[in-house]
Amino acid sequence: MKRIGAEILIECLKEQGVDTVFGYPGGSILDIYDALYRDGTIKHIITSHEQGAAHAADGYARATGRTGVVIATSGPGATNLVTGIATAFMDSVPLVAITGNVGVNFLGRDSFQEIDIMDITMPITKHNYIVKDVNELADTLREAFTIANTGRKGPVLIDILKNVQIAEAEYKSVKPVPPAPADVCADTLKDAAAAINAAKKPFLMVGGGAISSEAEQEIFALAEKLHAPVAATLMGLGAFPASHPLFLGMMGMHGTHAAARCCMESDCIIALGTRFSDRVALNRDKFAAEKTVVQFDVDEAEINKNVTVTHAVHADLKKALAAILPLIGAKDNDTFAQTALRYKQEEAGKKTAPELGHKILIEAAKRYKDAVVATDVGQHQMWTAQYVPIEKPRTLLTSGGLGTMGYGFGAAIGAAVATGKRVLFVTGDGSFNMNLNEFSTAVTHGLPITILLMNNRALGMVRQWQKLFYENRFSQTVVEKKTDYVQLAQAFGAIGLKIENEEEIAPALDKARACKTPVLIDCRISENENVLPMIKPGQTYDTIITEWEEK
Amino acid sequence: MKRYIISALVSNKSGVLTRVAALFSRRGYNIESLCVCSTEDESLSRMTIVLNGDEYILGQMMKQMDKLYDVKKIVQVEDDSVCRELLIVKVHADRKSRSQILEICQIFRANVVDASPESLILELTGKSIKLDGFINMLIPHGIVELARTGVTAISRGKEHIKEK
Repeated sequence: MKRIGAEILIECLKEQGVDTVFGYPGGSILDIYDALYRDGTIKHIITSHEQGAAHAADGYARATGRTGVVIATSGPGATNLVTGIATAFMDSVPLVAITGNVGVNFLGRDSFQEIDIMDITMPITKHNYIVKDVNELADTLREAFTIANTGRKGPVLIDILKNVQIAEAEYKSVKPVPPAPADVCADTLKDAAAAINAAKKPFLMVGGGAISSEAEQEIFALAEKLHAPVAATLMGLGAFPASHPLFLGMMGMHGTHAAARCCMESDCIIALGTRFSDRVALNRDKFAAEKTVVQFDVDEAEINKNVTVTHAVHADLKKALAAILPLIGAKDNDTFAQTALRYKQEEAGKKTAPELGHKILIEAAKRYKDAVVATDVGQHQMWTAQYVPIEKPRTLLTSGGLGTMGYGFGAAIGAAVATGKRVLFVTGDGSFNMNLNEFSTAVTHGLPITILLMNNRALGMVRQWQKLFYENRFSQTVVEKKTDYVQLAQAFGAIGLKIENEEEIAPALDKARACKTPVLIDCRISENENVLPMIKPGQTYDTIITEWEEK
Repeated sequence: MKRYIISALVSNKSGVLTRVAALFSRRGYNIESLCVCSTEDESLSRMTIVLNGDEYILGQMMKQMDKLYDVKKIVQVEDDSVCRELLIVKVHADRKSRSQILEICQIFRANVVDASPESLILELTGKSIKLDGFINMLIPHGIVELARTGVTAISRGKEHIKEK
């Protein structure tokens, strides 16, 4: 049956089971928006800015595991996606970005809103295409979805010329068959199992790959079989239940002291879908020196990239763990687990009277147990990782690799639309100001998003580094904005609340919890609240700073 | 720093060269030469890349290139493979120096492809090291300009890139 390119695109989205897309219309994508309108079965969320749409599609993907779809026009529409695509790329999130471009007669003539988005996005996509022939459109889209959501996941961009959108081609529906992950090499598995079995103090290090591969059950089984303490990177939070006695919390620059101690004392680090980033391994040469390191990763290029390992399994994590579990002997000795538990208790005992921001998060976590948590980037992000227990995978959405301030609002919208669940969006006044325009999107769609705005009138994380490394020269980090966030929320049609002291925490959170539409709580915290523990960049875990005396 | 040669079969499409070249520059690795040509299969091109670096850089580049969807096959070219490069060089040559230059050509088995009263254009094929030696000998006579293709290579015996 003959269809025009724009219709073929819509049909291909339906083939892939896409029910929701995020985007923003414009001149070079009009025909696709027209086809979307005429079809009428795909829900489209229009944001205030294409960046918000890209983050929303990313949040949708992280919260569900399905591929997020974002649509934008040529030129500025396409360039506004760039930060969103890069965010998804760094955190391996399956995303398909569709952009329109000028017609072939206008290509290469610096036409109105013409930009070479394929070249721009080449280093931040798994793969990208420019479609110049309508006969190639359907297969290109199918291939894009397969690439985005297999192996190490990531974003794919398809730039479609305007003339392709209206040209006719034969279309036949094809049912997608997701390729099965490749078989795991039996020899490397045996080798890895032998190394794990020989370990006296195995330590599990869980990364974002665990969530992406949906390997949480296998990890749980492995940890219990080995009585091994477990720590997660920021991206891995949720892959192992936070309330489990073996769980030590986050590891890395702002990880727990218990996780740092156990990582140092262990003789075998079992790395599950983690790339040993500089925020986790910090000093890549000394991080695992003289230890056995067994690395599982779906991306072969990650093996030995940052930390040199002794054993590697290049495979899908879920499949590899399922295959290796029968080869692992159950440990009867749980001494290391006991030590870990003791470290954890010691650390908990020291945490006396956390500051206002921490207390708000602790109380919010109790009231939002069923919620998806989204964050922006900075101090509030680390506090969320430290104080909000993440029990299940896909319930913490945060920009780990790129560290995108302004990520959270879009992600919260995407997650709320995808799951129908309540979303707790923790942000700071710096990050919030980057993309607060999406307030209108949240209000328009009546999304159940509670915004905890950690307002310290400063760019807290950068300010903290200035305290630590620049002798308190607070260059451009103390931003005394005159914004009244309660009124701002009201102006957008949302509810605005305020917390200025401990007594106001419970009433404000209870009130917010009762709302089914967007609520903002302006949490007026001190600019002196720090993120601790901290290990300085490039340092080893034994240099961890747990207390800090203000000068 | 060592010199490594990578050979790859890639899709014969626009943009593939950018993808590969950008991969090197993005990670801060140096390409000494990159040679692209068509193959017996019109859907594929062959790239021969000479890389300066260490085992780590070589490993990373092979793995990162292998992740590109347009890269179909990739191998490291062994030291004993057939590696060739073509040089075309224009050198000053007057009545006095011409015979000396022709003597050098004889030693290296280079061909004269063009001659004028003031200059000669010479052509030489061989391993890079041979080309370097030839150029060294010509420098005293004054090189006007030169062009080298970069290395292209193929493994010896019945082994071939497609079966790897």
